[in-house]
Formats: sequence, structure tokens, C-alpha cells
Amino acid sequence: MAVIADFAVQGIEMLLVLLLAPLLTGFVRKVKARLLRRQGPPVIQPYRDLIRLMRKEVVLAESASWLFRVVPYLIFAATWVAASLVPTFRTGLLFSWSADLIAIIALLGSARFFLALAGMDVGTSFGGIGSSREVMIASLAEPAMMMIVFTLALIAGSTQLSTMAEFMASPAVGLRVSLALALLALIMVAIAENGRIPIDNPATHLELTMVHEAMVLEYSGRHLALIELSASLKLVLYVSLIACLFMPWGLKPADAGMPDLAFGVAAYIGKLALGAFLLAVFESSIAKMRVFRVPEFLGAALMLGLLATLLRFVSRSF
Amino acid sequence: MTLWITLSCTAILLLVAVFAVAAGREAAATYVVYGLCALAALTSLLATLQHLLGLAPPAIVTLPLGIPWLGAHFRLDALSAFFLAVVDLGAVTASIFAMGYGRHEEAPLRVLPFFPAFLVGMSLVVLADDAFTFLLSWEFMSLTSWALVMSHHRLQENIRAGYIYLVMASFGTLMLLLAFGLLAGPEGHYTFAQIRAAHPTAGLAALVLILALTGAGSKAGLVPLHVWLPLAHPAAPSHVSALMSGVMTKIAVYGFVRIVFDLAGEPAWWWSMVVLAVGGFTAVMGVLYALMQHDLKRLLAYHTVENIGIIFIGLGLALAFKTYGMATASALALTAGLLHVFNHSVFKSLLFFGAGAVLTATGERDMEHLGGLIHRMPQTAFVFLVGCAAISALPPLNGFVSEWLTFQAILLSPQLPAWGLKLLVPTVGALLALSAALAAACFVKAFGVTFLGRARTSAVQCATEIDRFSLAAMYFFAALCLVAGVLPGLFIDALAPISDALVGASMPSQIGTQWLSIVPIMASRSSYDGLLVFLFMVLSGTFSAFAIHRLASDRLRRAPAWDCGYPDASPATQYTAGSFAQPIRRVFGTVVFRAREHVDMPAPGSMQPARLVVDLRDLIWDALYVPIALAVGYAADRLNRLQFLTIRQFLSLVFAALVILLLVLAIWP
Amino acid sequence: MTGLDFDVAHLLAGMLVLISFLELYQDRLYALLNVFALHALVLALSVAWQAFIQDAPHLYVTAALALVFKAVIIPVALHRIIVRLGIHREIENVVGVGPAMLTGMALVALSMVVMLRVTQEADPLAREDLAFALSVILLGLLMMVTRRNAVSQVVGFMSLENGLVLAATGAKGMPLVVEISVAFSILIAFIVIGIFLFRIRERFDTVDLQALDRFRGERR
Repeated sequence: MAVIADFAVQGIEMLLVLLLAPLLTGFVRKVKARLLRRQGPPVIQPYRDLIRLMRKEVVLAESASWLFRVVPYLIFAATWVAASLVPTFRTGLLFSWSADLIAIIALLGSARFFLALAGMDVGTSFGGIGSSREVMIASLAEPAMMMIVFTLALIAGSTQLSTMAEFMASPAVGLRVSLALALLALIMVAIAENGRIPIDNPATHLELTMVHEAMVLEYSGRHLALIELSASLKLVLYVSLIACLFMPWGLKPADAGMPDLAFGVAAYIGKLALGAFLLAVFESSIAKMRVFRVPEFLGAALMLGLLATLLRFVSRSF
Repeated sequence: MTLWITLSCTAILLLVAVFAVAAGREAAATYVVYGLCALAALTSLLATLQHLLGLAPPAIVTLPLGIPWLGAHFRLDALSAFFLAVVDLGAVTASIFAMGYGRHEEAPLRVLPFFPAFLVGMSLVVLADDAFTFLLSWEFMSLTSWALVMSHHRLQENIRAGYIYLVMASFGTLMLLLAFGLLAGPEGHYTFAQIRAAHPTAGLAALVLILALTGAGSKAGLVPLHVWLPLAHPAAPSHVSALMSGVMTKIAVYGFVRIVFDLAGEPAWWWSMVVLAVGGFTAVMGVLYALMQHDLKRLLAYHTVENIGIIFIGLGLALAFKTYGMATASALALTAGLLHVFNHSVFKSLLFFGAGAVLTATGERDMEHLGGLIHRMPQTAFVFLVGCAAISALPPLNGFVSEWLTFQAILLSPQLPAWGLKLLVPTVGALLALSAALAAACFVKAFGVTFLGRARTSAVQCATEIDRFSLAAMYFFAALCLVAGVLPGLFIDALAPISDALVGASMPSQIGTQWLSIVPIMASRSSYDGLLVFLFMVLSGTFSAFAIHRLASDRLRRAPAWDCGYPDASPATQYTAGSFAQPIRRVFGTVVFRAREHVDMPAPGSMQPARLVVDLRDLIWDALYVPIALAVGYAADRLNRLQFLTIRQFLSLVFAALVILLLVLAIWP
Repeated sequence: MTGLDFDVAHLLAGMLVLISFLELYQDRLYALLNVFALHALVLALSVAWQAFIQDAPHLYVTAALALVFKAVIIPVALHRIIVRLGIHREIENVVGVGPAMLTGMALVALSMVVMLRVTQEADPLAREDLAFALSVILLGLLMMVTRRNAVSQVVGFMSLENGLVLAATGAKGMPLVVEISVAFSILIAFIVIGIFLFRIRERFDTVDLQALDRFRGERR
């Protein structure tokens, strides 16, 4: 019986993440529009877009192969599995032990690997641009993320995300220099991974500096819907990750009662909204970078992560 | 018993080699030779598996061969059983692959006799239990592989490759010869049992470490001793390339592990630092070199260098933990390194097979002339993609497991007391993460440019799928990539006796864990379950596909590519391998390779196209090898005069040397 | 001293190192000045925190000095100098940002190990604070070495001095006189450098220090 309840909660969690993802994207867009004194599309616009895209027929390029048609499902599966392994409103997920934080990062890496391949599949120049820039960004963002994981794992004594979140919520953490460095680096990596300004502009569709949009240029219909949904899921994943590691307040243990869980959900949604609001403010106040300034930005994130790890190696009190 | 079986398998392989010399011209010889090779290797593999599963105790055999008073000692313990299994697995699959691939060979007599001999050499290195047999087999392995590298000897670049390989192989053997000489001591204890019993002094052991690292490292391809590898591996026929890259480099790793962990005694505090630094440097340099290549086989060969670096990072960590008596952590790191040995032998062989298939189908190794092969060779493309995903350490395939274990080992290392290691280990961790990310970039490039997009040349347009034998071999390895990825616990448990023997502890048994997950230390600390991740991905992928197709839409229409409204018919406008690597070249190459780009603009009115020229310099070659070559050339010029002496002068030289030696002997205290 | 006191002091010192890295990362002069002002602000906070936890009121004076001079007056003055002189606003680096940051990392690691190894018996807070201070000093020096522009060299020098102040306040019981004299010497150094800047500019029409090398007849 308890197992069935556990499964149910896990299922609810996966669905919650999936359903919240477009809302978060819509909310970010709305706030950005309001900051620019525009009315902006309604918050639920992404849902409408997704439904419309799902219903449309797929227009496939003549030179596209089977890989091109499989990749959207692969990306969606990898991103969804990764996103459902991040604690949202409670720790101790049923399957949290099946993949730790390193594996979650690697799952996102798989999604990116296949998306970059899909960009090259049709054989157009824009797709190639997108893929080659994406792997360049990833080649720095992934090690930076790894260093952040190292730092957090050394502080919490585990790479298991549930255990880490529980440790972060306990008073044993304290203020740590390495933690501050890791937070900063994590925000930088999250911005890069989600293709937000100043690294990439998610709102552009014809620009020589685009990265993510250039890769998915040939996608249409349900394939495009899945890719957009995966992008939203990834945003939710990173906001949840930052929330559960650096703002673990309101995160409930696995055996909490119903009222507690309801409070946890409310706190989680509040944290998502806060994250989205801060992201929108940040994006509105900064200009996009030149592409070849990006490596310096991510290199700085890598350095910060490495510095934090070094500090943890050198002394336990950092 | 098992040892006798494996030894007789090597004897059979030797007979096959002799047979191949006699019957190599016959049309059916390819089938017979490779078929016999596959059978012999399979028998040996089955015998070895008993050792890996712990069903048979270590066995020792002494044969009256070699030096009369010494004999040839052979031993099959856990470590050699594991490496022998890697050799045999690679040999079986490569033989099956070659039953199809080898038919396209123009001069079968240059390949058929040497292939079984090469297998014999590798097996005997692993089985050898005395220094003399070890070195003899090592040299036999080097020479037979050299002959295979030279099988297409009319190509200019292959001649250069063979020359450099010969020089570097001799250098490596020399280093190992000296290492064993030091280990054997003045009394000449040549058997490994005697060497193990004798405890060398600290200075001697340090020298042995350096010699083993350079000797085995030059065979494995540690930077900066890697220069021969990317030249020689691609020059051989593809099934041999697969064996050289996937298996022979592992024999070098075996040599290193055997000497350093087993024979050389207690490690000193700085040993692990040297190994770790070299490993980290090798990993990043290897993948950066690979990213700059546009020859498919050379890219794969450079990538072997990277993976050797990863393996040595694991071994270095194991050495560090062993030095400070942290046995369980050491077992974890050693297991990670050895598991990567196995994994790399699987996916690198698979990728070389795929490159061979592409070579057979199109006659091209240059990626700039390929493209769109996924339409012409869908099955090869699929298995190659599995190999690419596995080597890029993507879950749920096997490459990820060994890297994950290495990361877990790194996370244990703050407990190491040495300050140097406290600084070095996180840096090496960053290098490892960097090389993993760059590897993914490298294989997006390799697969994307070769198999995706549109055909760049007419050779690609007429390509056809490769034969069934080759496909079977590739499918087998692709399946193994998945199995080792989702059920890594089986493989980790098989490595337990090795770490027990070498570092005195082993990882906890993974058999009884929940849902077949792997737990390196304890469940609250870290765990990973490839099986569940795989199942989750399959379920959510099929669920979403099913739901969308049923509920929303499954219509599909083909149309010309959109490309932002700039449709261009010419496949030449696609991204090439060079342009794909350009951002990364800008980020890393300007420092590492002194990469400079400039545009050759033709004069006004000229019909020449403008060209973008990229200058890359191999700084290691320039800084290390060019001066040595110059010095050798200079010395040879000086010594050249000796050739023109008269016989009387020659004799007086010999006479003088003799007298001097006698004098030294006379006045030696 | 409670754990929280400890952690806040650490955090502020760590932020100082971080901001030193930020200074290395900047490629615009104005942004560099802003970051330097932030550097001084964090220094002031750090010193004030030390004053609070050590119960040493004279350190508040030091903090105020740092705040007024370094976080306000000197950046504003440098800002005006840049405007007056019409200095090219992009910073020219001798080495790229990436290698400079890498070197910075190595320096921080070095200072950590040296400090933590040398001062094994000392009070842990002081040890780690000292390690951070040494890192700030080395990073300031690195910045002076890797930049061609005289203004950014001034900033490098100032942040080096910030590191000295951090080290001094971390150690208990430094007299106020020393603080004030250090502050004034810095001010004087600033004035002298400022005057030099004007003189260099008048004479050579640039503040790029390479020009000076040329006049000394040195080969680049």
C-alpha cells in the first residue's frame, strides 16, 4: 500500500514538473514584457502554442534521416527523467537513488548531444552553426557544472540530490565561501545551459548569433512542440536545482503529512516564481554577448567552480 | 587446466599463422584463417572467464623454452585473466569483422599471417610470469603489429608511420628492459615471483616507476610519447586498428599495472602525483588533438590517447589511496580505471569497425568528403552512433559508468593528507570533466560530419551497406555497450579479485543491491542505476510518442529544407569538420596549437577562389622530437666518417676498445 | 567566537578574492572602476565585521577610511581622470583573460597551501583569513603585471593594498596608527600616480605604458 502511495506521489511530482514547465516560460516572458512596458502574451500562451504545434502536421526536410525524427522523443525523455529526479517540494523521492546529480548532468548532456546531431542532420548551414556553437558552450559549461557538483558533494558528503538537499536544509551547513562561489558559478552555468541572455537569445529566429534556435530551425509540428517543452523543462530543472540546494526552506521530508506537502508545493511554486522574476529582470537589464565572449564567461564559471573545489580540498572550514 | 587451454590456443594461433603463409593466396584463406582465429580466441575467452568468475585458482606453468636455466614461466591470475579476456573478446570480434572486411584486402599475404601472430604476442605478454618471456612477447607483439601497420606500404604516409612506430616501440621496449633489469637486481631474479619477494630500495623503485611509465606509456600513448599512435593505428587495416587501439594499448596498461602495483613494492608519496599529472594532461591533450582532425581513423586514434589518460587518472588515484593506506578508496579507483579499460576496448573497437565499414563502402577516410551516410548505410550508422554515445560517456551506456566511478573516487580524495595531492586532484578532476565534455563535442563532429547531412562526394552516393559478418561484429559490441551500461554491477564484481590482490580490498559486492544499481561506498553517499535510467527513458519516450501520435497528430509531409529561407542546393555549403571545430579551435587552439587563421584572397581579376587557411602547430613535436631528431642527425653525420676507415683502422678501434675494457677490469676496486 | 562569526568573516574575505577575479575579468575601464569600488566596499564591510567580532572600535575607523577613500573618492577621481584624459576605454591585456584567470587560480591555490602549511598552530580564522589576504595581494600584483594601461595598474595596486589591510585587520591588535599611516601613504601614492599620469600623458600623448618602454629604448 505504502509503495503504491509512493508511486502515486512520484507520478504526481513528474506530472507537476511537466505541467508547470510551460507556465514558467510564459511567466518569464510576461514579466519581461511588462518590464519593457509591453502588454505581452498571456501567461498561458506557451500551452496554447504547444497544443497548436502538436496538432499540426510535421513538415520534414527531404534530406532528414530517421535520427531527425527520433531525436525529439529522446531529448524529451532524457530531460523529463532528469527533471523528475530533482526534488521539488519534498526530498526522498522514490527513485532518487537511481541517478545522482552527476548522472542528472550527464542525462542533460545526452539530450544536448542528440540535439546537436539533429542540427547537423538536414545539412543546412544554420544547423551546423548552431550545433558547433552549442558544443563549444557545452564543452565549458559541463566541466563548470561538474566542479559545482564536486563542491556541493564535498560539503554534503554525497552526490545524491535528496541527501544533499536534506543536508542543505539542516543547520550544519553554515555560511561557506565555497558555497557562495558555487552558487555564483551555478547561476552562470544555468544561464548558459538554458540559452538565456547574455549567452543566447531565446526569442530570436533569424540572427547570426543564435545557437539553440539555429539547431531546431528545421523542426516543425509535434517535434518542435517536444523540443520547446524540453527547453521549458530544463529551465524548471535548473530553477528547482538552485532552489533545492540554496533555498531548501519549505522542502518537506518524504514522510510528511498532507498539509505539510500542500505547504511544500506552495513554497515550491513561490520559489519558481521568484526565480523566474529574477531571471526576467536580469535578462532585461543586460545586453547579449558576442559569441566569442561566451568562452570567457563560462571559463570564469569554471574557474569559480574549480576555486570552490580547491578550497574544499584544502580545508574543511571553507 | 585453464592455463593449458589458453596456452594451447596461442599455439594453435601460431600454427594458423604458419598456415596463412602457405595458403594465403587461396580465395577461401580469409575465411579459414579468421574463422580459426575466432574459434581459438573464443575457446581461450571461455577458459579465462572461469578465472574472472572466481571458479578457478591462479595457475602456473613452466615450459622448457627460452633461456635454458630459466624456462618460460606462465601464470594466469585475476589481473592477467581480465586482460586476457579483453584481448580475446577483441580478437573474436575483430576476426568475425574481418571475415567480411578482410575480403577487400588487396594483398592478403601481408595481413593474414601477421594477424594471428599479433594475437599470440598480446596473449603471451599477459600470461608471462618472468621478465624474459614478458619482454620477448612484448617485442613480438610490437613487431607483428608493425608488420600489420606496414601492410599498405606503398603509401608515403604509411612508411613514415611505420618508421616512427618502430623507433618508439624500440624505445619503449628499451625502457621496460631497463626497468626489469633493475627489478631483477644483480642476482638476476627474472621470475615475477622472485621479483615480488625482493624489496627494491626506494631510489631503485623510483627509477623503475619512471621507466615503466615511459616504457608502457609510450606503447599506451601517454602524451608526450603518443606521437606514433595517431600515425600507426590508422595506417593498419581497420580490424587491426581496432585491435591496436582497443586492445594493444590496454596491454601497455597491463604492463604498467603489473610492474607498479604488483612488482615494484610500496609506492612513494610522489608516484601518484606523477601518474595523475600525466594522465590529466594526456586526457585533455588527446581530445583536443582529436577535435582538430578531419581524418576519421586518425580522430579515433587520437581519441584513444584521451581514454588512456582517463585510465591513468583512475590508476593514479588508486596509487594515491594505496600510498596512504586507504584500501577501499583505492579499490574504487582501480576498479574505475580497469572498467574503463574494458569499456574502451569495446567501444573503440566498435568505432574503428565503423570507420572500416565507411572506408570499404566509400574508399574515403577524410570526413570532408563524406556526409549523409546514414541514408546509404543505416545499420552502420546506428551502431556507430551507439559507439559515439558510449565513448562520450552518455548514460545509460557503459562509458558513463567508468567515468562516474572515477568521479566518485575523486570525491573521496580530500581525505588524502598530502598537500600536493590536495591541489592536484581537483585540477585533475576539472581536466577529466573538461575532456569528457570535449569528447562529446568531438563525437558530435565525427558522427555529424560523416553520417549526417547531405553527401559531399559522389563516392558517398554510391555507397552500400556493409556485409553481414562485419555488421554482426558491430552489433555485438553495440549490444555489449548497452549491457555493460545497464548492468555494470556484474562487471564490477568480476574485477573484485584483482583489486583484492593488488590493493588489498575490493568494492562491495554489487549483486544483491536494490534494482541492480551500483553503490561504490554506501547508498546514502552515491548510487547509480543504469537499468532504471534506461527503462525510464524508454518508457517516457515511447509514452510520449504514443500519446502524441494517438491524441494529437501523426501526419507528416516531406518538403525542401527551410534554412531560414535561404535554401541552397549545394552540399558544399554544409558545415565541414573544420568549420565545426572552429569555435573550439578559437577557444583552446590558439594557446595549445598556436592556431592561426588567415584568408588567402586572390588578386582582383583572378578566377581563383579565396581560401581560409588554418595553421596548426604541434608544439610537443616541435619542442621535443624535432631537437632529438636534429641531434641524432648531427651525431650520425659526425660518425659517418667511421664508414670510410680502412680495415686496419677498424681493427685498431676494436683492439683499443678491448684493451680499455681489460684495463678497466684490471683497476676496478 | 561562534561559528556564524567565523563564517561571515570567511565569506567576506572570500568575496574579496572573488572580486579580485572579477577585476581580472573586466575588459572596460569604467566597469573595472565599478568593480574596484565594490572591492573596497566589501573590504570595508569585512573590516567592520572584524571590528564587531573583535570588539575593536578603532577598526571601525579603518573601515570608514576604506569606505570613504577607496570606495568613493578614488574611483570617482579615476573616473574623472579617464574623462579628462580621454583614455581609450578598452583595457589592453598583455595576456588574454583566460590565461590570466588560470594563473590567478594557480596563485590562489599556492597562497592557500603556503599559508595553511606555514601557520599550522595559529588560530584557524586568522590562518584562513591570511590565506585569502595573500591571494588578494597576489591577484593585485598579477593584475599590475598583465595590464598595459596605467589606470588599471593603479587599480591593481589599490586592490593589492586592500589585501594588506585585510591581512592586518585579521590579525588581532594592530594599532590604529599603523592603519592611518597606511591609508595616508596609499592616498599619497594615489596622488603621486595621478600626477604622473598627467605628466606621462602630456609628454607622450598616451598612458599606454608600452610607449614609455619605447622611450627607454627597451625591446618589447
